[in-house]
Parts: sequence; structure tokens; C-alpha cells
Amino acid sequence: MHVPDGFIDAPTSAAAGVIAAGAVAVSLRGARRELDERTAPLAGLVAAFIFAVQMLNFPVAAGTSGHLLGGALAAILVGPYTGVLCVSVVLLMQGILFADGGLTALGVNVIDMALTTTVVAYAVFRGLVKVLPRTRRSVTVASFAAAVLSVPAAACVFTLIYAIGGTTDVSIGKVATAMIGVHVLIGIGEAVITALTVGAVIAVRPDLVHGARGLRQRLKLRVGDDLVDVPDTAPVPAAARTGRVSRRAVWAGGLVASLVLAGFVSFYASADPDGLEKVAHDKGIDRTAKEHASADSPLADYGVRNITDARLSGGLAGVIGVGVTVVAGTGVFWAVRRRRDADASPASLDTSAAEKV
Amino acid sequence: MGAGHAHRLYRHGHSPVHALPPHTKLAAAFAFVVVVVSTPREAMWAFALYAVLLAGVAYAARVPAGFLLKRLLIEVPFVAFAVLMPFVAEGERVDVLGLSLSVNGLWGAWNVLAKGTLGVAASVLLASTTELRELLLGLQRLKLPPLLVQIASFMIRYGDVITDEMRRMRIARESRGFEASGVRHWGVLAKSAGALFIRSYERGERVHLAMVSRGYAGSMPVIDEVTASRAQWSYALALPVAALAVCLLGWVL
Repeated sequence: MHVPDGFIDAPTSAAAGVIAAGAVAVSLRGARRELDERTAPLAGLVAAFIFAVQMLNFPVAAGTSGHLLGGALAAILVGPYTGVLCVSVVLLMQGILFADGGLTALGVNVIDMALTTTVVAYAVFRGLVKVLPRTRRSVTVASFAAAVLSVPAAACVFTLIYAIGGTTDVSIGKVATAMIGVHVLIGIGEAVITALTVGAVIAVRPDLVHGARGLRQRLKLRVGDDLVDVPDTAPVPAAARTGRVSRRAVWAGGLVASLVLAGFVSFYASADPDGLEKVAHDKGIDRTAKEHASADSPLADYGVRNITDARLSGGLAGVIGVGVTVVAGTGVFWAVRRRRDADASPASLDTSAAEKV
Repeated sequence: MGAGHAHRLYRHGHSPVHALPPHTKLAAAFAFVVVVVSTPREAMWAFALYAVLLAGVAYAARVPAGFLLKRLLIEVPFVAFAVLMPFVAEGERVDVLGLSLSVNGLWGAWNVLAKGTLGVAASVLLASTTELRELLLGLQRLKLPPLLVQIASFMIRYGDVITDEMRRMRIARESRGFEASGVRHWGVLAKSAGALFIRSYERGERVHLAMVSRGYAGSMPVIDEVTASRAQWSYALALPVAALAVCLLGWVL
């Protein structure tokens, strides 16, 4: 995916270079916060690791093999800032030394492969880790989801840059279809490998996984014959915690299930619309039915515009739809709950006061 | 590491190009690529002149043509992409040998191929005439943040170590009868990658302690400070200036 010279025109490359330089500057500051004065050797060695692991071949089938891109893995293992920094350094060195990716396209490459993959992966990962129960398995699940989304996101950003400053005359729809289609597949491979690798690291040195720092087990003391938790500075009431975890699990399970259904199952679903529509069409009932008011919207008829592949476009539309639904639903839920809390709080105060008496 | 402690990308020599200070070479290569990218694609003769200019540099640096061409092979994936372009691009079409090709697509393919190849050739020449350590010092002279240069230098220094560690792990796997042949074996490979990460990170911690015990306080001492005289600058910048002249001609004609 390394973009060569001449693929993106000069002004866009220059603008991308400025953005990339800003991103690297920000991540230099951030990495110093994450690693303090150990930044240089540790980030350097992690960059060397990314460089080496990109050469590790994963056989797919009969002769073909793939390799890791590493953005998601870096973000989860060493944190977003250091991750951006390491992948950017790898890209810089690949451009200067190995002529892999053009010198003028360096900015585009950094935005695409270092910035987008790392930031998207880390955001998804943190979000899922917060939502899922605090176990090792959920870290693996979260890293799978992070990596599987990060690669198509990079393809989207590439398509965007191409739309702004591409030098060739291939239509945006075709580029988007080809790039995103291919990278959804690559993303699945990347996700499997990333999840397995994070799982392997977390089994041996959980303290090294930056994204899972909050999941450390509590220290236990053996007092007499039984194990006692070391008292925490801010102990969490056990009942409240378990309650939250179970609700969280339900919420996350529902979200994952609907995403899977919308994104992947609809990919393989029948091209025939649902039974009623088909029947209506067969019997000519729908001849008088008017098109829906939002027929012109970009997601009309459960497909994303400009993406010609019906299945892919349906899947994408499904994922976007679930996303919008979840955001809207959460907003409504949140608003309702706030109002209910506001109503309920005086009453609960009264009852607690009554209990005291 | 066959030849001394030089990297395999570097080609040892005593040519005038080798002798130039690294930051002048970096600036020249970068300016050259910028000029090439901003040349209009219709001026086909301009790209031929650029290639002649690079060939002149290669001759001055005594880099053999075979070496250069072999390193150009890194471009192959994008050549495949460029070959596809005339078939999928839009606009008016012409018939060549019975195939219907898009005119714009042909121009686009030519554009990517010509500019990409010249860019790759420029970086290959840079890497084969400049030692890695010099290249990093050159980056620092060009005002790249010192921390970034330190990270890059650690990556370069330990890149071979980590790659060799990975190779040893592969040999260990193979000597135990493991052969990766499909998706079923990804688990084992991913465990190797995880182990490699832990080893790299722990090596980084050891390297940091070793540095601290030798008085590291946040910056690396530079003992071989390089400066460039005006003559060296003008010698190095002859390439992009000549290219700029060609580029301007390309826009005017």
C-alpha cells in the first residue's frame, strides 16, 4: 500500500506532508509522556520490531501469503502516540533506504498507514475495552475489532486523498470499491494475527500491553488461610460493579451481534428484498406505491452510493445504519435517564432519610 | 554483514558522490523528486532528460547499472497497478492491438510509471552512496527533531538484530518439524510475533539502562560533526537545479 511518487499531485502531497509533520510532532510530545526519558531506545526497538514483523509471512493458501501492517498492533501494545511515531519512523526509513514509497508521497503514506490505522484502532480498542467485561478474552476481542476496522479505514482515507489530488482518471467509485473491498479482506487477516499476537503477549507480560493497563488483577494477601484483597484506595462496591458489568456485557453483545448481522450476514443475504416487497413486486401492488421520501439519500435502498458492488455496499450501509441507530438510541436513552434521575433523586433522598429514622 | 559493518544497501566507494556531506545529498534527492513530480506528464522528453541526469549521477558514483536495476524491482507491484489503469480509466478510448484503452488511463499509467521509477532510482542512488549513520546525521543536520533521529537510528541499529532474532525463531520452529502452510498455523506464528515483541521491548529496556549507566541524559553526543562548504552544496544541488531547468522548459514548451 506504499504510495509511490507521482501518484498524488504535488500540492496535495505538500499539504499531506504538513499534516503528517504536525501529527508526528504531536506524537513526539505524547510519546515522551508515555515513555518519559526511555523514549528513544524503546520506541526505536519497537519500530525495529514493527519493521521485522512486517517481514513475517503468514501463509494464506496454496503459495500466497500475507504480512502484518502493524498499525493496530503498535497502537494496542505501546499506545497511540508511540504507535504513530514508530510506524512513521518505519515508513520514513523504508522511503529513504529501501525506496519503498516515494519521498514526496511520505506525507500521504504517514497519514494513511501510520496515523489512520493507529488512531482508529486505538479508539475502537479503548471503546470496546471500556464496554466489555474486564477479562483477558475481551482484550483479544477488542484488538480483533480494532484491527479489522483500522485497515478499511486506511483505505477510505487513501480514497479521500486520491479524490482530492489523484493524478489518474479512474473514477472515485471504482477506486473506493477496489480499495475498500480488498482491504476489508486484508483487514480480516490483520485482525486475526493482531488478536492472536496481543493474546500471546498478554499471556506472558500483561504489563507490556499498553491498551490493557487498567485490567491488572488486584493484589491478594494470604491472611491465615484465605485470600484477602489488598485494600484499595477507592474501593468499589461489589454489588454496583457486578450490576454494571452484566449490563455492559448485554449492551456489547447486542452491539457486536447487530454489527455482524448488518455488516457480514447481509453481505451473503439473499439479493431479493424481504418477502413483502417481493410479493408486492410480483403482484404489481407496488406500482402505485411512491418512492420513500429519502430515496435520494446516500444510504437509500440499503446501499452506499458510488459503491457499485451490491453486496459490499449493502454491508457497508448496514454497518453505518447500526452505528447511527446506536448513537441515536444512546442519545435518547441518556436523555430519558437524566430526566428520570432528576425526578427520582428527591424521592430517593426521602426514602433514605426515612430509613435512617 | 558481509562487508565490514556497512549495511547491505550501501555500496562502498570513493567517488565524488560518496564524498559529499550527507545532508546535501538528502536535500538534493528530495528537491529532485519534488521537481520530477511537478513536471507535466505530456512533456515526455523531460522524463528522458531526468533519466539521463540520474544516469550521470550513477556514473559519477560508480554504481553499476545492474545494481541499480535490480533495486528498482521494488516497484513491481505498482507497475502491475499502472498496467491495469488504461483498462479501467474513463474518457475517450483508442484501439491499440484490438484492445480498447482509455487515453487518460494511458497518460495516467505513464505518469505513475515515469515519476515513480525516477523517484525510486533517486532514493536507491542516495542509499547506495551514503552510509546509514551518515544518513541519520544528515537528517539531524536538516533540522529533523533529534528525538525522531534517535528513534530512527535505534531502529536501524537494532533492525538487523531483531530480524536475526526472528530468523533464529524460525529456524527453531523448523528444526522442531513445524511448517507453516495455511491459516491453521497462524496461532504459532502469532505467538512467535508476540515473543518477538517481548524480546524487543525488554532489549529496549536493557539498552536504556546501559545508556543511562554511560551517562545518557536525553541527547546523543555527536562526535563527527559534518559541515558542507559552499562548493559541496553547489555540487550536490547541480542535480535538482538542472532538473528544475528541464521542468520549466517542460511547462513552457
